[in-house]
Amino acid sequence: MSRIYKMRYLLLRRFTQVGLLFLYFSANAYGWNILTGTLSSSTLFQTVPLADPFAILQMLSAGAVMGIDVFIGAAIVILFYGIVGGRAFCSWVCPVNMVTDLANWLRRKLLLDKAERKVWVSRNARYWVLVLSLIVSAITGLAAFELVSPITIFNRGVIFGMGMTGGVLFAIFLFDLFGVKNGWCGHICPLGGVYSLIGRFSLIRVRHNQPNCTLCMKCKEVCPESEVLFMIGKESTTVNMGECVNCARCIEVCDDDALGFSIRDFATSKAKGENR
Amino acid sequence: MNTQNPKRDTKPKITERRRFLTIMAQSVGLSALGGLIWTGYVEEAKASPLMLRPPGALPERDFLRMCIKCGQCAEACPYDTLLIAKPGDGRPMGTPYFIPREIPCYMCTDIPCVPVCPTNALDQKSVSSVKDGKEVLDINKAKMGLAIIDAESCIAYWGIQCDACYRACPILGDAISIEYIRNERTGKHAKLVPVVHADHCTGCGLCEHACVTEKAAIFVLPRDVAMGKPGDYYVKGWSEKDQERIKERDINRLQTKTKRSEKSPQDYLNLDEGLFDE
Repeated sequence: MSRIYKMRYLLLRRFTQVGLLFLYFSANAYGWNILTGTLSSSTLFQTVPLADPFAILQMLSAGAVMGIDVFIGAAIVILFYGIVGGRAFCSWVCPVNMVTDLANWLRRKLLLDKAERKVWVSRNARYWVLVLSLIVSAITGLAAFELVSPITIFNRGVIFGMGMTGGVLFAIFLFDLFGVKNGWCGHICPLGGVYSLIGRFSLIRVRHNQPNCTLCMKCKEVCPESEVLFMIGKESTTVNMGECVNCARCIEVCDDDALGFSIRDFATSKAKGENR
Repeated sequence: MNTQNPKRDTKPKITERRRFLTIMAQSVGLSALGGLIWTGYVEEAKASPLMLRPPGALPERDFLRMCIKCGQCAEACPYDTLLIAKPGDGRPMGTPYFIPREIPCYMCTDIPCVPVCPTNALDQKSVSSVKDGKEVLDINKAKMGLAIIDAESCIAYWGIQCDACYRACPILGDAISIEYIRNERTGKHAKLVPVVHADHCTGCGLCEHACVTEKAAIFVLPRDVAMGKPGDYYVKGWSEKDQERIKERDINRLQTKTKRSEKSPQDYLNLDEGLFDE
């Protein structure tokens, strides 16, 4: 039982990820009208529009003049993730997360980090890719990242049939396993970059309780964006960087009750003169 | 400074500024490299013209710009006509299309695929007509493609009696008609051949689906591919509708300007210019 308790958030995340895929799938397969469409744009209960703000941004850059629905949809999505933590999308919704988590798990099990040759990519590469995708969209008149995004390719594959989707996912798996640790989600994916920006001021955050910390560093080991946990063992505060995906793996692996969910700590970060 | 080893001083120093500029240049350079490859891929991917789009789809270039790839049109289609391009299909990924030989468009009168489009890449106006002052959906206005007949492989053109496509056509009589032509081979029979009329054909592909030959002798192509364009020079003087077409023409673009035509055409023979110059 305690093993399951140790994975409570992980299991919950897998449940939402698979559950959402199932809702999308059943809209097409069984005609359920709970969630129709795909992750790039959907309709909830046949009334509430939802849209991927990054897709809209690329399409605007490509010169599209769209209906009002998608803008309302994007606003709803931005508002939602602006509150619950932008990159909660990455760890709780995005299906590619399951692929990269598998690669990351294998890396730890096979001790690849210790033995592999290091390939270094900047954590900021995603912001370069983000800007680049807008430029390429403007040049080609076509939403550039949407055309190659493994996120929606996987999502559509589940709904409309896989085709060669497995190849795309295997490529990402290989990149994360033998290329860069957390390579796709933590370095390259521009959608993660967009949600990092959206989540800059989000309310729900992980809090570190420094006096309880025994410096075992299990949290940093398991964290897909370990740079956001710079305060571990140093000071009690919330994890305020937008790059944190709110996956709660750190909370689960902590044996000392030094980490937990909380509301963003505006006060301390201001008192210390930090503005993240 | 190490005076014992003067060589060390001549080594270029990596200052903070140099490091910063180099890293910026590297990032921009690598981004440009990535951008070139990416642009190349996107340009290749969108250059597949033989896609039949759902009813009401904007012209291909605008459609690709506007389609958010949500697949809601395909989910709304009751006949599973609409497919969503996947990796390996060799078509712009995530966009809807259909293959009429497999499942044609059955031209639902309520057109469920169009109103669900969130971006108006499927334009409801283009498949609506005004009835009693109200705008109502009208699938007959759809222009998904145009049926083309290969007379070489159409058995009706051989002289064998067949009107499968005509019978399958939802707008038979208007979109496809049967014409009598003389069978020159026998000299005493008629051929009853199908003829497609572009004004009425919606490109639904029911004819292609019904065609009895091994590979369909009548098939739907995107209108851009299937049709020519007479341009503004040629006008049917006997057709009011055709004269409407050229009302928008730019008269300046039509006139060929040469040295002689600058002056009145009536005068150019009277003017000796150009005749005795040499």
